[in-house]
Amino acid sequence: MPAGTLYRGREGMWSWVAHRVTGVLIFFFLFVHVLDTALVRVSPEAYDEVVATYKTWPVAFLEYGLVAAILFHALNGLRIIAVDFWAKGPRLQKQMLWTVVGIWIVLMVGALYPVLGHAVRDIFGS
Amino acid sequence: MATPTLDKTDKAEAGFADSPFITATFRIRRFNPEVSDEVQWQDFQIEIDPKERVLDALHKIKWEIDGTLTFRRSCAHGICGSDAMRINGKNRLACKTLIKDINPDKPIMVEAIKGLTVLKDLVVDMDPFFQAYHDVMPFLITKGNEPTRERLQSAEERERFDDTTKCILCAACTSSCPVFWNDGQYFGPAAIVNAHRFIFDSRDEGGEQRLEILNDRDGVWRCRTTFNCTDACPRGIEVTKAIQEVKRALITRRF
Repeated sequence: MPAGTLYRGREGMWSWVAHRVTGVLIFFFLFVHVLDTALVRVSPEAYDEVVATYKTWPVAFLEYGLVAAILFHALNGLRIIAVDFWAKGPRLQKQMLWTVVGIWIVLMVGALYPVLGHAVRDIFGS
Repeated sequence: MATPTLDKTDKAEAGFADSPFITATFRIRRFNPEVSDEVQWQDFQIEIDPKERVLDALHKIKWEIDGTLTFRRSCAHGICGSDAMRINGKNRLACKTLIKDINPDKPIMVEAIKGLTVLKDLVVDMDPFFQAYHDVMPFLITKGNEPTRERLQSAEERERFDDTTKCILCAACTSSCPVFWNDGQYFGPAAIVNAHRFIFDSRDEGGEQRLEILNDRDGVWRCRTTFNCTDACPRGIEVTKAIQEVKRALITRRF
């Protein structure tokens, strides 16, 4: 039987969806990260080669996505802890979510140059 | 209601065209296992006053257009908790939702609540829901001899669990919970709310037993604080807060 329409949840539900999605993405990153680090035991040359591809600009954009996922997951994780352990948490969950999003935007703007600076130089030449 | 009705007649007699009625489309998710295993959406166009409720529209459809439309309702005034359904994607009581409040310009989507087996049209099998409710022992548990007079309680002690006494067991919260959709074994918000009502009651002595039940794999720890239950509750119970209080009670009672 088809499930019907999408449930129209509000901030709480969508922040939970985003938390899940970012969590799974971070897991996949960790998986790749363990593999590439383990490569150094296979052969240091192969490791260097792989890490060299990480320095190219498409990977820089993926890194920026990784920063986005980790920052959201970390900040929203603090919000969930507050919801569960702070008496006023459930009542202030929406305000806390917008605070999380606000801090996230500020940090994402701050991460623009450190993470994407070399990618821009790669694309447009320095 | 007497005055607007009189107004209406006066206007009609005076030849005024502005009737309060609008044409609204109700898109209802139909399912009848006796006819077909397929679910289908059916549109009903009706003339209705937008100040009426979705339940009135369902009545109009059932009584005047299609008598096979099946839904539960009993008191029709937000007390019995029979007519929880998903209206425009959100769980609400049909008897407490005014048509004007849910944008009648677009088709109004009406479907059964999620996570429970649909038996026919908007009627679901509520047995798993009530089983979870029974499992938390929603009744006063005391030890020792029965007192000869009433069990006294201060206003503050009563206030402690006031919010969770309002539950009407409509299942709007439990069937709005993504965790419950995925795993019907989860006790669900409604059962936890009713456990909370006794856990924090100063007269009750079964709190420890109830906490033990909710400490289970399918108990309060499955809650992911999506707040769908709090948003869906037609009685305005802060459901997620109640669940959180049970979680905290589970942590603090041991240390």
